[in-house]
Amino acid sequence: MFVQVNGERREVPDGATVLELLRTLGVRGRVAVERNGVVLRQAEHADVRIGEGDVLEVVTFVGGGA
Amino acid sequence: MDDALVIGGRRFRSRLILGSGKYPDLETMKRCHEASGTEMVTVAVRRLDLKATGEASLLHWIDRERVTLLPNTALCYTADDAVRTCRLARELGMSNWVKLDVRGDQRTLFPDVEQTVAAARTLVKEGFVVLPYTSDDLIVARKLADAGCAAVMPLAAPIGSGLGIRNPHALQLLREAVRIPVIVDAGVGTASDVSIAFELGCDGVLLNTAVAGAREPVRMARAMKLAAEAGREAFLAGRIPRRAYGSASSPPEGLLP
Repeated sequence: MFVQVNGERREVPDGATVLELLRTLGVRGRVAVERNGVVLRQAEHADVRIGEGDVLEVVTFVGGGA
Repeated sequence: MDDALVIGGRRFRSRLILGSGKYPDLETMKRCHEASGTEMVTVAVRRLDLKATGEASLLHWIDRERVTLLPNTALCYTADDAVRTCRLARELGMSNWVKLDVRGDQRTLFPDVEQTVAAARTLVKEGFVVLPYTSDDLIVARKLADAGCAAVMPLAAPIGSGLGIRNPHALQLLREAVRIPVIVDAGVGTASDVSIAFELGCDGVLLNTAVAGAREPVRMARAMKLAAEAGREAFLAGRIPRRAYGSASSPPEGLLP
């Protein structure tokens, strides 16, 4: 199935969890994930299953002041 | 002598908050943080670059034993976007402290205070420790304090402008209007600006570009530390009143005929 991750179309296995998606993407370190406009708790990453057409945002901290 | 800055129940020995953007490199940033003595550093929340592999994480370069992370909502233009950014920041798991920053104008980067107050109310209810960037309007500062913000952070000049403290009178009035800490956020260009902010009675100063963009950033970070100490000490010492005319410091008595 296809989903959108950080604005890009990506193919993921049917029934994949958010955590599995992050592993597939090679994400290391701590990230926060928003799924269809709802911010997920860290603990939910392993349980929440991604659905066809989901829009996911994966964010992290970067340098910034104001 | 204990002159700690207390924000949200946490004690800070340093009254400077530094940013983590615009530095020539992360090593320089780390050395600047150390040289400034800062115990709070702002960071931004952005999309992870999925193409980047194995790049150094920003957090490796921030000593989190010593430094409280202050995620910001910079470049958000609505309360909803800012709240969304704060929720994501909290899930990054470092802190429930946020620098709320809702902009209203792309050229001046001035805050949209209406959106800022609305976002502050929501965030405080959700348990965030909220430090909002705001204008120097004391009425707005009061609303932010009433909303439960842990501090207010008025600008002294546009973000990144380096114009210095353009509004000393407004900042002084604002300082008198609220009981929570007042932190000058934006406008600092050089060390004397920091001293002036503290001499006015402000409790803290947030700066980034003035250090990161200096010819010698680490040296400027040290200058900022010294300026903060000098300004704060001068404020606590109590300055003399301004006079229109001269007043000799030597006695008129016993003057040779």
